[in-house]
Amino acid sequence: MKYRSIIAALGLAAAAFAAPASAQDVTGAGATFPFPVYAKWAEAYRAQGGARVNYQSIGSGGGIRQIRARTVAFGATDAPLKGEELAKDGLVQFPTVLGGVVPVINIPGVETRQLRLTGELVADIYRGEVKAWNDKRIAELNPGVTLPAANITPVYRSDGSGTTSIFTSYLAEVSPSWKEKLGSGTTVNWPIGQGGKGNEGVAATVKQVANSIGYVEYAYAKQNNIPYALLRNLDGQFVAPDDKTFAAAAANADWSAAPGFGISLTNQAGAEAWPITGATFILIHKEPKDVKAAAEAVRFFEWAYQNGDKMAEDLDYVPLPDAVVEQIRKQALSQIKVK
Amino acid sequence: MAALVEKAMSGERQALNRRLSHGGFDRAFRWASLASALIVLLVLAGIIASMIVGGWPAFREAGLFGFVTGSTWDINNDVYGAWPAIAGTLATALIALVIGVPISLGIAIFLTQLAPRWLKGPVASAVELLAAVPSIIYGMWGLFVFAPLVAAYLQTPLNRVVEGIPIVGTVLYSRVPSGTGIMTAGIILAIMIIPFVASITRDMLDQIPSVLRESAYGIGCTTWEVVRHVLVPQAGVSIIGAIMLGLGRALGETMAVTFVVGNANRLTALFDPGSTIASRIANEFNEALGLQLHALIALGCILFLVTFSVLIVARLLIARVKVH
Repeated sequence: MKYRSIIAALGLAAAAFAAPASAQDVTGAGATFPFPVYAKWAEAYRAQGGARVNYQSIGSGGGIRQIRARTVAFGATDAPLKGEELAKDGLVQFPTVLGGVVPVINIPGVETRQLRLTGELVADIYRGEVKAWNDKRIAELNPGVTLPAANITPVYRSDGSGTTSIFTSYLAEVSPSWKEKLGSGTTVNWPIGQGGKGNEGVAATVKQVANSIGYVEYAYAKQNNIPYALLRNLDGQFVAPDDKTFAAAAANADWSAAPGFGISLTNQAGAEAWPITGATFILIHKEPKDVKAAAEAVRFFEWAYQNGDKMAEDLDYVPLPDAVVEQIRKQALSQIKVK
Repeated sequence: MAALVEKAMSGERQALNRRLSHGGFDRAFRWASLASALIVLLVLAGIIASMIVGGWPAFREAGLFGFVTGSTWDINNDVYGAWPAIAGTLATALIALVIGVPISLGIAIFLTQLAPRWLKGPVASAVELLAAVPSIIYGMWGLFVFAPLVAAYLQTPLNRVVEGIPIVGTVLYSRVPSGTGIMTAGIILAIMIIPFVASITRDMLDQIPSVLRESAYGIGCTTWEVVRHVLVPQAGVSIIGAIMLGLGRALGETMAVTFVVGNANRLTALFDPGSTIASRIANEFNEALGLQLHALIALGCILFLVTFSVLIVARLLIARVKVH
């Protein structure tokens, strides 16, 4: 009797573990930046009777490795792959949501949205060329703001991240000497300053070190009330980061300029455009081995484009403009051979 | 009575032997346990082999010597040198030992020789609780609580004192009093290794026959003389073994260090940000592709060799004591 009940319990447990492994399960892996919104979408999609989507935020590099090895149905990356890389692995790439990177500051006496900076200045601060807050070039942009004669401590992300990738591509775009000496990527060879792990590490260091500057994702800065600076965009306007200025940056972009929508959204034209904007991308094989899983993945993203905007906005991401979504349906999703 | 029990037991054992030995159960059992032991060796050999294979492209690119001594870590140009990370690893571990070992010895000597009975239990459990705190907790606590304290009460006053003094100033002056850096990581590591070193040392001191101690007191030695001339020489080598085990932990600790070490690819001064091998791997592995990935595995290979040799030395020292 006792044994029978144990066996029954074991059987139930086995069934509980076995049940989720149905054919419709979709596994994806990659970028950490969009993880909150993908998790939210997956939860809502499941609640509406869709497949179970399991997204592991292991980092963009890991996502690219996994989709190349075909161990997941879709990979996710913050820095888009180039056309030849996509072609080599037979991958389709498309963006899902937009986000922005904001320069956060800790200068005694200077409040949020008070300090005005340009991309060239930020690049020179991070290269150690502009050493103090009362530097002539900063003072010229900020009449009326009392800037201390204190050394600037730049703070960067020590872990490889898409945030750094977007930030450094912006700096490389606006500063030729940055491009030449440091380039852009998920981490660069930072000449000065100190690193914090993750958004929280950068934010904590900036908070502790007076007269420091750092960069974090917009959602993180907003939710934690970290003071940030305004930036001058390509049109010469000083803008603050928010969903409107991110959308403005995406509105004027020519998405068909690069294969797999892999254009840079940094330093876009437009009076309202926030200069450090970026998209995050999904990678799926054109000819997937597990056709069923890939079909489910495509269905999931179709659903998310249709129903996910509100959820993304609630988490401080910016949905893609409708025209871009239409383009993605026609040029990317349709290429995936799932039938 | 005892004889009866023995007889009954031996009878039972004979019956058991008869039942089992026929089917070669003994031999099967021997092979099975041998296989379990071999699995450990196989896994170890597999790890070493895959690390060497994985790190090979990085070693080949820069040369073994070049990789170890190079100090540039530039992902965009694929130039990798491990020296700042190796130096940071050794520096943080050394600081941890310098701070942690005297405290651990103090704890062990206090617990075995001096503590009143009512205090022994609480102190011993507190030390063991320290060992049970997960390293991520040390990391978060270090970053959010301890680092601001270091900045305010250690770096800032120290800066005022040492500024401009040659050599001392170079070593102790912090350009950015942020609280994170090599020194902070070393202090956190010291807290993390104390429970290991202290409890092993305590066990070693406990094993010393009390007759030695009592006779030393009997000829009029003070407590200090007993500890210095009787206990420590007796437990000597095994204390070194305990320290080596602590060193092994300090070298490989990842999460706590990553949070507080400052993560800069250089080693300029004690209080300045630096990096360790483990923190570099933790930071970059997720996003690593191509040669960078190989370079990280090569770093892991170096760390593995360093930790492995430390542990072997510790084993040998402890083994030597047991023989005597």
